[in-house]
Amino acid sequence: MTSFQVPGWGYVLMAVGFAAFIALLIAYIVVNRGFKRPVFASPYVLWIIVFTVIPCLLVAYFSFTDPAGNFTLDNFKSFWDANYNTRKGIDPALLQQYQDMGLSLDDLGLGRNPINIDTLVFSLWMAFLCTAICLLLGYPAAHIMADREFRLGPTLVVLFVVPMWMNFLLRTIALMSIMEDGGLINTVLNWLGFGPAKLLNTTAAVQVGMVYNFLPFMVFPIYNVLNKMDYQLSEAAMDLGCNKWKIFYKVTLPLSIPGVVSGITMVFMPAVTTFYISRLLGGGKVQLFGDLIEAKFLSTSLNEWNVGSALSLVMMVLILLSLGLLQKADPKGEGGGII
Amino acid sequence: MKKLLALLTLLTLLAAVMPLGALAADEVVNVYNWYDYMDESVFEQFEEETGIHVNKMYFTTNEDMMVQVRVSPGAYDLVFPSDYCVERMISEGMLAEINMDNIPNFVNVEPSLRNADYDPEQKYSVPFMWGTVGILYNTTMVDDPVDSWSILWNEKYADSIFMLDSIRDTLGITLKYLGYSMNSRDLLQLNEAANKLIEQKPIVKAYYVDETKDKMVAGEAALAVVYSGDALYSMELNEDLAYSVPKEGSNIWIDPMVIPATAKNKENAEKLIDFLCRPDIAQKNCEYIWYSSPNAAAIELMGEDYTENPTINPPQDVIDRCEFFHDIPDDFLSVYNSFWTKVKNAK
Amino acid sequence: MMKVIKRFYLALVLAFLYVPIVVLIVQSFNAGKSRAKWEGFSLRWYEELFRDPDIIKSLLITLSIALLAALFATIIGTLAAIGIHAMRKRPQSIMLTLNNIPMTMPDIVTGISLMLLFIFTQVERGFVTMLLAHITFDIPYVILSVMPKLQQMNKHTYEAALDLGATPGYALFHVILPEIVPGVVTGAMLAFTLSLDDFTISYFTTSPLVQNLSTLIYSQARKGIKPTMNALSALMFIALLILLLLVNKRTRDEE
Repeated sequence: MTSFQVPGWGYVLMAVGFAAFIALLIAYIVVNRGFKRPVFASPYVLWIIVFTVIPCLLVAYFSFTDPAGNFTLDNFKSFWDANYNTRKGIDPALLQQYQDMGLSLDDLGLGRNPINIDTLVFSLWMAFLCTAICLLLGYPAAHIMADREFRLGPTLVVLFVVPMWMNFLLRTIALMSIMEDGGLINTVLNWLGFGPAKLLNTTAAVQVGMVYNFLPFMVFPIYNVLNKMDYQLSEAAMDLGCNKWKIFYKVTLPLSIPGVVSGITMVFMPAVTTFYISRLLGGGKVQLFGDLIEAKFLSTSLNEWNVGSALSLVMMVLILLSLGLLQKADPKGEGGGII
Repeated sequence: MKKLLALLTLLTLLAAVMPLGALAADEVVNVYNWYDYMDESVFEQFEEETGIHVNKMYFTTNEDMMVQVRVSPGAYDLVFPSDYCVERMISEGMLAEINMDNIPNFVNVEPSLRNADYDPEQKYSVPFMWGTVGILYNTTMVDDPVDSWSILWNEKYADSIFMLDSIRDTLGITLKYLGYSMNSRDLLQLNEAANKLIEQKPIVKAYYVDETKDKMVAGEAALAVVYSGDALYSMELNEDLAYSVPKEGSNIWIDPMVIPATAKNKENAEKLIDFLCRPDIAQKNCEYIWYSSPNAAAIELMGEDYTENPTINPPQDVIDRCEFFHDIPDDFLSVYNSFWTKVKNAK
Repeated sequence: MMKVIKRFYLALVLAFLYVPIVVLIVQSFNAGKSRAKWEGFSLRWYEELFRDPDIIKSLLITLSIALLAALFATIIGTLAAIGIHAMRKRPQSIMLTLNNIPMTMPDIVTGISLMLLFIFTQVERGFVTMLLAHITFDIPYVILSVMPKLQQMNKHTYEAALDLGATPGYALFHVILPEIVPGVVTGAMLAFTLSLDDFTISYFTTSPLVQNLSTLIYSQARKGIKPTMNALSALMFIALLILLLLVNKRTRDEE
């Protein structure tokens, strides 16, 4: 990586681009003597190209090039085998010396290193667990609140919505402070005579943190769908002689699928990509795929941006694929967003 | 509606102007430092005396710092990297030569700490602090003698050990424990060290850097790998704590002050360097952050409080068994990185 | 019986969500530093909070970024919504898909991709880059809140206005805008809240010199939680609560 001395040409580019845009717009208006409404969307089109499309293309560009800018697939090979670039960087003569001594690459710790894939699988597993727990905890809660006979329902939902908008970091810190050695839980445990328990810096702590952070995102869409559901349907089922469980199984559950799908999307995605929850609650012992990516960009004196970009790309593709799959389960997107 | 619009406009204008007031002062110096590595009142004093506003920014490890200095050219005027990073920064052309004429207080710097390996001609750096890496332990929880790194692998202290979340430090002490150099470029030795750390991981409570001292003061763990100044800080607050530099040897380091080549306020940075080398200021800092001072005049001012304290002023035999870090070239740094990632991601 | 179990269950889940926050807020009023012991009520940490120049600075930065980002995002987003609404089917669906990208992209990727953009084009990261990033993730939400209002509007009013001799600009301000104001305001508030709260994207698009509250909290949290952070968190929670109640009230009023 070079140290950049020239003052940002990005600003120049932005200014030129903006001027060109205005000029085009004026030309368009003059030529057409006025404009149609779709033109109103043009600033946003420009914006989305510059700040969404181009950055995404940049990630793709970085993942298919080496630090010198030449096309390469090495970054993806590094995803498969984290030692790939390392081996390539070492003087072959030196490696030969070791091999002459009868040592294999594995003896040197430079054989295939599956750490990236392992961490990705671990992250997916953690995210899956988190989604499952959220669903198991959240569905009954949403169901109870959506019950029309439960007057407090709509009010309580607001209580679920509030943390949804609250800073993740802040909530994680709140959790961290009650789980600390001197925190509330351990104080209570001590007082009860159970002695201090090891809470922080474990995989379980990270899992709790994830559930804690993402639970509201599961409850809300399910509640929304259940709440909008035609109440007469279940009454009709009741009249036809279904018992409570059967109604739930045959009517409520299938109708609530869009909400469930939406909830799963909104929990699973951030759960796969988080990095600060593991950092704060895992004490550096638990690493997720997000941590791996963040480290590639921000905490190594080597230039590993290309590999980092490749990892991000893999993650993005994975998420798009799973979104596509989920969309099949809810083609009309009835679950709705977070608003 | 109109009123609402007017109010909004006003608010927005205010919003746009607010941070400008906070960000833009006439004369500034942008300082990029470790957390808790400066008596902040020193900066206030500097502002009062010179009218130069100090913008403070912090980093956690040398590696984080290197990335930021690279990707944000012009953002930093004065940085506090460790010796081996200075070596790398010089070789990458990231540093500006310091005009020593502007640092008259350089005379106060201990001669033995001048012209060190990382900057043999003393062109790019001025020493700020130095220290060692060792074990901080709680005497009420540890009954074995703490004189070897091996205690960090003792299962008796399972879940009561803090390690440093810092690649060179942690791999370094492990290499030292195994009897190798901290700057090893032997693949077998490095692999052995990495495996040793993976083996240790289940009994480690956490990998921290900045959190360690407060947690040790609170008695949350028996043993921790720390920098000497953090050790003294903690020992001051909790008298059960003690510090030891193991017999296998450890890391001794110097953190110099440097000016990035892209710095926008080089002269102000030089003024601040000179100010920090002033004996009274160096003393103030030293008494606040508890690291060893390279400032001979300041040490004289502090007298026995300083010279009689073995943590801040380690005896010669401790210094003799310690080793400086050196920059590792890219090919081997990649090996270090790879092994460290393996340790961090091990289950 | 069933009823009691149900309520108890709800109470448990809510307790899980709120106990940490409540504890945090209570601790912020604790006179002592200890988390375990209550040493009397005090506003000491709030005083210290407001005396810390770093925190005040980042508070100002957070607020101004949120205000500016909300403003720009609302302007661009509202215009875009009007434009997209008037489009024919094909381009409309393309635009709506494009609009979904930033919302479905993981924050960390958005942050990294923007960081790459700024570094690649040698734009110094700081206030401006953070603002640009915030506008970028705010706009889709503004569009999403304005769109439904446009769909509710009578299609022909705009054309009628033009037939009666109004210029498109006049028609925009006097015919369309008044109809969709509620959606615009909701969108602006959403954008403001999102921006106030963002951590990941800010983390990658700013320099250590320009910290918003989230990035400041993150860097402080890595040193261990100080009581002033509790006070700050409590304040942020209350601010958010008020904002959300306002948004909520608006959406209910509209319905």
